[in-house]
Amino acid sequence: MFRFVLRRLLQMVLAFFGTTLIVYALMFAGQGDPIQALAGERPVTAAQRAYLTEKFHLDQTGVGGFFYRYFDYISNLLQGDLGQSLTGRSIVDILTAAWPVTVKLALIAMAVTILFGVTAGVLAGIRRASIFDNSTLLLTLLVLGIPTIVLAPLAQYFLGVRWQLFPPTAGADPDFYALLLPGIVLGSLSLATALRLTRTSVAENLRADYVRTARSKGLVKRRIVSVHVLRNSLIPVVTFLGVELGNLMSGAIITEGVFNIPGVGFNLFRGIRTEDGPLVVGIVSVLVVVYLISNLVVDVLYAVLDPRIRYE
Amino acid sequence: MSHSVVQPTPASPTPEGGHLLDVRDLHVEFRTGEGVAKVINGVSYHLDAGETLAVLGESGSGKSVTAQAIMGILDTPPAVIRSGQILYQGRDLLKQSEEQRRQVRGKEIAMIFQDALSALNPTFPVGWQIGETLRQREGMSKSDARRRSVELMDLVKIPAAAKRLGDYPHQFSGGMRQRVMIAMALAMNPKVLIADEPTTALDVTVQAQIMDLLADLRRDLNMAMILITHDLGVVAGVADRIAVMYAGRIVEHADVRSLYRAPAHPYTKGLLESIPRMDVRGQQLSTIKGLPPNLMRIPSGCPFHPRCPYVQQVCVDVVPHDLVLGDGRTSACHFAQEVRDDSAR
Repeated sequence: MFRFVLRRLLQMVLAFFGTTLIVYALMFAGQGDPIQALAGERPVTAAQRAYLTEKFHLDQTGVGGFFYRYFDYISNLLQGDLGQSLTGRSIVDILTAAWPVTVKLALIAMAVTILFGVTAGVLAGIRRASIFDNSTLLLTLLVLGIPTIVLAPLAQYFLGVRWQLFPPTAGADPDFYALLLPGIVLGSLSLATALRLTRTSVAENLRADYVRTARSKGLVKRRIVSVHVLRNSLIPVVTFLGVELGNLMSGAIITEGVFNIPGVGFNLFRGIRTEDGPLVVGIVSVLVVVYLISNLVVDVLYAVLDPRIRYE
Repeated sequence: MSHSVVQPTPASPTPEGGHLLDVRDLHVEFRTGEGVAKVINGVSYHLDAGETLAVLGESGSGKSVTAQAIMGILDTPPAVIRSGQILYQGRDLLKQSEEQRRQVRGKEIAMIFQDALSALNPTFPVGWQIGETLRQREGMSKSDARRRSVELMDLVKIPAAAKRLGDYPHQFSGGMRQRVMIAMALAMNPKVLIADEPTTALDVTVQAQIMDLLADLRRDLNMAMILITHDLGVVAGVADRIAVMYAGRIVEHADVRSLYRAPAHPYTKGLLESIPRMDVRGQQLSTIKGLPPNLMRIPSGCPFHPRCPYVQQVCVDVVPHDLVLGDGRTSACHFAQEVRDDSAR
């Protein structure tokens, strides 16, 4: 297990350099004149241009120059300096402000997923082909079929604007209540997937041979389901939830955009729209690390849950 | 020779001198989308304290379903028990509530299954699984259950039992896994052990070890055993009586010695003849021609008639009743006498 984690950490280093390199290249490849982009509409004096060229090592041209600037950026990054966005704000500051909001949103979505998705999935799996099972299947199919870009504005319009059950937008420094509706919308997609996954897994395990053994041991049905079946059924579900939590932590561009939540996805989207190269690369670099770590945690968790899995 | 009691055993409390376990005229159907499969069509057999009954038959003959009906672990639906009785110590299990039946399971009648790898829960240590009934049903403490689990693992001759308590099923070899399964079944000292093809998934050498272990345990713990198998070789050394099943019926029922000497049903005769013999060189191995019947369309008359070398018009028209041949033998064949006389020759 230790060797597995070590190897995965080394792989993470590679993945980190690979992804940041690609994002860095893509973000700056499209720009014609980065100094003009930095200045926006305002004119740039020759002195300013010379200073900035010097500062960002833009005098180095070609592939060599690109890698020079990339490694310069990475070395700053590794020292915890993500640089400044084109708006002049420190990217570290932007992220420290945005992340708590995204994490709150992610946790609400995750709670919704587990509370409703997994629970309903277990019930549907136990009562396969019942009315409850069929209606949840239909409902999840509907949810899975509607993209978030449609679902989020619909929920916002009806629940927020029309019936005014929830605040339609969150705004700066949102509280729990303001994040509830976006959290539910965000969670509904993973809820649907979690429900179906749990249902299938429970239904499959109920037919397993070891359940027949447990019955022949004279155990009560509740124990057979809640101990024997659930322990096995939840292995794939927990794995899915782990990956999903990693996804949610990295921000939800659409949901945060629609509900005006100043989270990570919101800032990332703004960075892309305004061609704010440093901001996009900075956020993505951190997201890559978050994602890699959450995946590692899932892999380790998987081995803990399923004794048959042993990593070498 | 009656159905021989191998050794004198103090009979379990069985009222009116009846049998310990008595299955009477059991009918079970499976109702599926494609139709109704008549899986068990009037099976009767009985088991006395301390004896071993082998139930023999090819897959689909209904031997496992009968056992699962006894245990009360048939999936209903699709299975439906149409009629019959399963008397345990004189009480009809089929008339009991689910809670009463649960009390019987594991404690009075325990069962072991064919493939121990899938029959054991992959995510719990074997010690935990063996001790589970003791903790849950006997109210034993964790440490007591653990101690008893080690005893049980020693009993089934798992080496270094105490060390292996925390191991998971996949960490054991096939034979050791089956021993774990047996230890688990013995946890509550059942009076009847149903072994459903306990050696089918194992290597030949391990098969013999497991059969010996089962025979020893049955004797030492004074249990009665139903041994379900399709392997005639497994049966010979262990069983007292044999019930041969075909298409959900018992076609022949006899004590082991007379059945091997002179089978009185063409199906049993075919089975015995299809065993390769070590003492005859270069012989053509005989087989039973044709396929087992489709249980949704069981042939008229005697269900074995399409495959039977003795077939006459009466076999197509009339369902044969059990013909009593003396010595407690029965054969559901119109020509049982002839078949037996042929076999004895």
